[in-house]
Amino acid sequence: MTVTGASRNAADRTLTITSAFDAPAVRIWNLWEDPRQLERWWGPPTYPATFVEHDVRPGGRSAYFMTGPQGDTPHGWWRTLAADPTRRLEFENGFADGSGEPDPAMPVTSIRVTIEEVPAAGTRMTIVVTFPSPEAMDKILSMGMEEGMTAAMGQIDGLL
Amino acid sequence: MVVEQSPSRPADLLFHALADPTRRDIVTRTLRGEHSVSDLARSYPMSFAAVQKHVAVLERAELVRKRRRGREQLVRGNVDAIRRTHLLLEEFEASWRGRLDRFARVLADDPDRRPEPTDDPEPRSAP
Repeated sequence: MTVTGASRNAADRTLTITSAFDAPAVRIWNLWEDPRQLERWWGPPTYPATFVEHDVRPGGRSAYFMTGPQGDTPHGWWRTLAADPTRRLEFENGFADGSGEPDPAMPVTSIRVTIEEVPAAGTRMTIVVTFPSPEAMDKILSMGMEEGMTAAMGQIDGLL
Repeated sequence: MVVEQSPSRPADLLFHALADPTRRDIVTRTLRGEHSVSDLARSYPMSFAAVQKHVAVLERAELVRKRRRGREQLVRGNVDAIRRTHLLLEEFEASWRGRLDRFARVLADDPDRRPEPTDDPEPRSAP
């Protein structure tokens, strides 16, 4: 069992997910830091991600695109806010236009990852996803209402 | 103070409304059944007017609906708005669960059997 807990807080606009792995913290970290490993899990199977730039040092930027079943390629970006290798990573994740430039009209989520080795229990990873602005939620809500929540979420799965 | 600002966008209204514990409690109660404002006012250590303001904030966010019955104002939780917020967070959760399943599969792959990375074979050292 990978995911050990999840809680949704509508008032704080946060989603917290904890997971446990039978692997050392450094291996967990590598899956975030190494773009070749990251792109194997970041995008959903229908929209695999390709990272063309990836720098998880504070202030570092990442740029990626996903390739959809119809050949559409939605772009996304990360900006690393804080990083403590093997222990902590905080970044913003947003949508970009076709040239990879961040799209200011689209929602930005912030993601905080904490990795800790728990004696005799493997490694625990806690991910807190925050929607920083009511506008971001608005945007997503309106996308959902226009296109049907599930369909819209399928398309933007990897970008949130 | 009940009304701190006057948010105007739907999601803004929604989260502002849900940020207060009394308001969340009113939503929970009125989802279970219709209550009059005076009923609700008796449940909280605050004035009728304060409770009425809380209800007004919830009504603007469409979390509750209000109707008149004689001299009474009856409040009922609006299931749709709440369901929408939860649905959204549920979708995010489902999407992250999928991502973590893939994460676990990549992790379970023996790193020695992976093709050698072409450009950065040395792990970046900690600053």
